[in-house]
Amino acid sequence: MSMFQTSSQTVLPRRQVLDGAGLRGWFAKYASQVAVSPSIAIVLIAVYGFMVWTGVVSFTASKMLPNYNFVGFDQYVRLWSNPIWRIAVSNIFTFGLLFISISTLVGLALAILIDQRIRIEGFFRTIYLYPMALSFIVTGTAWKWILNPGLGIERLVHLWGWESFRFDWLINPQYAIYTLVIAGVWQSSGFVMALFLAALRGIDEDIIKAARLDGANGIAVYRRIIIPQLGPTFLTVLVILTQQAVKSFDLVVALTAGGPGNSTHLPATFMYTQTFGRDQMAVGAASAVMIFMTVAAIVVPYLYSDLRNQRDDV
Amino acid sequence: MSIRNLIVATGLLLSTSSLALADEPNVEVMHYWTSGSEAAGLDVLKTLLEKEGVKWADSPVAGGTGMNMVQVLRARIASDTAPAAAQMHAQQVQAWAAEDVLADLSDVAQKDDWASVIAPELVPLITSNGKYVAVPVNVHRSNWLWYNKKVFDNAGLQPPTSWEEFNAVSDKLLAAGVTPLALGGQPWQELDLFESAVLGLGGPDFYRQAILQLDEKALQSDTMVKVFDQLRKMNKYVDSNYPGRDWNLATQMLIKGEAAMQIMGDWAKGELALANMQPNVDYGCVPAPGTKGSYVWLTDNFGFFVTKDPNKQAGQTAMASAILDKGFQEAFNLKKGSIPSRIDVSMDKFDFCGKAAYADRAEAQKSEKSLPSLAHNAAADATKTGVFLDVVSTFFETPSVTSKQAIDQLVAGLKSAQ
Repeated sequence: MSMFQTSSQTVLPRRQVLDGAGLRGWFAKYASQVAVSPSIAIVLIAVYGFMVWTGVVSFTASKMLPNYNFVGFDQYVRLWSNPIWRIAVSNIFTFGLLFISISTLVGLALAILIDQRIRIEGFFRTIYLYPMALSFIVTGTAWKWILNPGLGIERLVHLWGWESFRFDWLINPQYAIYTLVIAGVWQSSGFVMALFLAALRGIDEDIIKAARLDGANGIAVYRRIIIPQLGPTFLTVLVILTQQAVKSFDLVVALTAGGPGNSTHLPATFMYTQTFGRDQMAVGAASAVMIFMTVAAIVVPYLYSDLRNQRDDV
Repeated sequence: MSIRNLIVATGLLLSTSSLALADEPNVEVMHYWTSGSEAAGLDVLKTLLEKEGVKWADSPVAGGTGMNMVQVLRARIASDTAPAAAQMHAQQVQAWAAEDVLADLSDVAQKDDWASVIAPELVPLITSNGKYVAVPVNVHRSNWLWYNKKVFDNAGLQPPTSWEEFNAVSDKLLAAGVTPLALGGQPWQELDLFESAVLGLGGPDFYRQAILQLDEKALQSDTMVKVFDQLRKMNKYVDSNYPGRDWNLATQMLIKGEAAMQIMGDWAKGELALANMQPNVDYGCVPAPGTKGSYVWLTDNFGFFVTKDPNKQAGQTAMASAILDKGFQEAFNLKKGSIPSRIDVSMDKFDFCGKAAYADRAEAQKSEKSLPSLAHNAAADATKTGVFLDVVSTFFETPSVTSKQAIDQLVAGLKSAQ
């Protein structure tokens, strides 16, 4: 905004703009604000407006369609007394932690390996990055077949002659949640690799050369010099993966549909089922508010520190 | 293209599309019958209506066993652009009627004498405050046991008529190296088994108390413990790879002879017919164990949304009347594998199992053993059905849960679902 004002002032004296051209002058002056206002309005209504509306609905007795008979915190009590919701909450922590940490580690490892100036690097980069081009529905369906004991890996190993081999996580309520991690990591680690690779390439060669002159070996260079400089990239990766984990819905729908025995529900699938399958719109809204507050607890401190840093920079 | 052109073009486009429907009787039909046989069945209705000069606008929403359609339908109703008609299960009819959005069909019901031609057990669920608010298209039966004749003959077995016999037969099949029961581990399929176990072990009166009245004493009774114990036994009668399997893949196991039996509604006939299996030759259909004489039904209906447009109203009335047309009832149900919702349609063209279902229904109506299905949204509203779905599927796939714990979860869940 400030930039625009200064430039318009340099082109035309302010008085002339107002007197000489009327509406056109006003438009020229505020063009940028006019241009962004639709998107601001849409975001205000479609994002923040509906967030507030969802919050309101969560305090009502809404079932099939929204109504406004307020019942206080009743729906939250019902939400937390629902065993499936509690499973979903513990699942999101298991899934989120493993998905984020493994994707980050695998992505970083791949980036470091590719960073060794290997031959046909572009080929490998494409291979690792390609899963990102697929939707989670495709990933989920493919892994459903790969992990199915009667079709995929287990059967293959049986055919090779190792008859006692067992890999039945997909149909085992205790381990099924980890199959979501496997498919999620497969999908996302290539993207993480791309982010890290870009960061690695951005590091000043001279520092590395200097370190080598001082006698640092390969591992020490990465451990002491390169990785500590990747801080901002780690933060980016963390934020992207966190929102992916919290949003995870299609992966569950395609891979396990919440089963076996409701063991792989996540808050997002719970919310959808309650709202559209069980006619419990208010309980669905209450679960959405819980998800929102969890995300806010992570994002708000991040935004706060980010904004403060920016202000410090100025 | 300038903005003004864009606006004019959009306006024209909108006005032509609404004009096309506005000046003649019309009906926009929202449904999830998108598979080959179902779509072919609906086509019969469309042709019938077009002969009467009613324009049909198709609004299919595929997938999610109707959940996707419910989502779209709600958005349409909330934005006051409801379709003229939408497909709905029996309990969904009641839920929409409670929201006061369904049109009163009493006039056409009077004219066509619905009271004496529609299967009487359906009437309470398609009426609200004494007014007809929906039209039943078909009736499916859920308490069927399908079995592969060749497998049974090879093992020298007869289809079981009680759960005790079912267990004995299954043990013999296991010994012969055949999977006794083809099952897909999806919550509704497990609830199908539960439903048949409740009816087969407890009888129709117990089914009424436990499932329809949700009577706490019945739910906590020893009979209910037996029901869950039976489900637990069934863990060993299914193959280890059952979780998540679709019902039609389970039917494929029956077709290939990998599995001997399947407890499933009569839509399974479609899969069997596709594989060129003949009823009573290649496969048999008998009532689920212990449920002979009872008929557990579910029904697909069309409800019509209130509108002030006379052309839409004319379309709705015509469609409501056409759904109960004898010719359509016969043609549609032959394709769908169900039986007519009317009780006076000729069954000559139906196969053995269809005829048996029709005769069994008539018998069950007389002895008050015609019962709405829990697993298919005819017995309880979506919230309460959801409690059963959650508890039964968790129980079935988690061997560490005891029957007593499952019952406690059921009672607690149903209380908070009130």
